[in-house]
This record gives sequence, structure tokens and C-alpha cells, in this order.
Amino acid sequence: MNEPQDAIIEVDLRRPEVAAVWAWLWPGAGHLYQRRFAKGLLFMVCILGTYFYGLALGSGRVVYASFTETDRRWQYLCQLGVGLPAMPALVQSYRVIRKNQRPLELLGPEFMAPPHPVDPERGDKLASWHRKYHQYFELGTLYTMVAGLLNVLAIYDAYAGPLAPAPEEEKKRRRRGPPDGGGAPVGAADTAS
Amino acid sequence: MDFDAATVLIAALSRPMLAWYSIPLIVAFSLVYGATRHELMSEILQQAIRAGVWITGFMFTIFAVLFVVSRLFL
Repeated sequence: MNEPQDAIIEVDLRRPEVAAVWAWLWPGAGHLYQRRFAKGLLFMVCILGTYFYGLALGSGRVVYASFTETDRRWQYLCQLGVGLPAMPALVQSYRVIRKNQRPLELLGPEFMAPPHPVDPERGDKLASWHRKYHQYFELGTLYTMVAGLLNVLAIYDAYAGPLAPAPEEEKKRRRRGPPDGGGAPVGAADTAS
Repeated sequence: MDFDAATVLIAALSRPMLAWYSIPLIVAFSLVYGATRHELMSEILQQAIRAGVWITGFMFTIFAVLFVVSRLFL
């Protein structure tokens, strides 16, 4: 009977720090930089698909940066995990909150722009978004937050390689023997620069 | 108006719009989670299926518990 081999795959992480930065700026880009194309595409499709779907659900309003006293958008910290796709919100925030200018019309009016503060004349913009989009505002927020948090996992994977399986899981796998198809069990990764 | 359990269940399932929105999230999370633990695509998919089944089962369990609690105590 074949003895299961050590679950080690050599992964060339190239320069992990650079890969991590790429992975943050654009989900999957760090893996493409490391020539791990399949995983790069998988991360890109899953994370960006989730992010842009959520953004579409909220008509581009669910990602905005605002840390004023009346509106602390802590969700943006999670959304920022996807990197560049969330960055227009910073520009819009700078223009609207710091410079008191009109937001740029990137992909429609108020795209990623923070709602203006509650004003007796202009009303409560954030409340009007909630009224307009109903549950989709929260759903869009959730999707974009999850996308950002998932990219944190992808960034770690680009920096350090895949996590080793949990010990119990690895023991069961070793007891079962190699999977059908003759391939060696694979789980942990080694870093070879 | 008094609703029986079947009516409540049908009402819950006839508003599938919100429940369906969990599916893309489960798929995306399962695939990304699998990809962070394995390097080969076959292993990633196996892990993703396990994670997806686990999450779905967990959600159904929570739903069942809340449903029973709501019928018994509310």
C-alpha cells in the first residue's frame, strides 16, 4: 500500500511583499504576478464579482467614505479591502467633505459619494437612499463588505501561500490514503523563493 | 389573524428574494476559502463543496431553530 506523501507543493511566491500589495490593489493580481494564474482568476472572479454585484445592488451608493460625527461609515474599512475598486470613494469624500465641492460624476451622479449632512433644506440624504433602495442598500453594503474581507484572505494567500489543513483533517486524510486518481494529497504549501 | 405553521413557512419561502441573495455569497466565500487552503484546483473545489454544504446546513439549522421558537413562543 502506498504511503501518503508529505502534503507539500512548491509554490514560488516570488517577492511576497510585492505580491501582497498587488493582491490588495486588485484582487487576484498578486497571484497573477506569482504566475498562479488559476487561483488569480478564481480570486478575481469571486471577489470582484461579489463586489461589483453589491455595488450594483446599491446603485453605486453603498461604497462611500465618511467619518464625520454624524455618519461614521465603518463598513468602508471592510470595503477598502478590495483596493482600487473602492478608492474612488476616497476621492469623492475628499471633494465633498473636505473641499465642500460637488462629487465627480464617475458612473452616474453621487457615485461613491458620501451623503451630505442632514440639512433642514436638503433633508436627510442617507435616509432617502434607504427609502429608495430598501433592503438592497443593506444587501449591497453586505456584498461589498464581504468582498473586501475575502480579499484579505487572498492577500494572505499571496503573501504566505495556502494555509495548511487543520491537524485533524490532515490525520483523516492520511488515514484515508491518497485521493482517487493517484495524485498525492496536497494541502500545505512551501515557499521557495 | 391567526396563521398556521404551513402558512408561515410558505410565506417565508414565498419571499425567496432575500434568501436567494445568500447563494452567490456562499459560492464566493466557499471558493475563496477553499483557495486559501489548497493550491490545486481539484482540491480547492472539494474544499469549496464541503464549506458550501456546511454553511448551507448551518443556515438551515438556524432557520429551523428560529422557526420552531417562533411557533412555540411567539
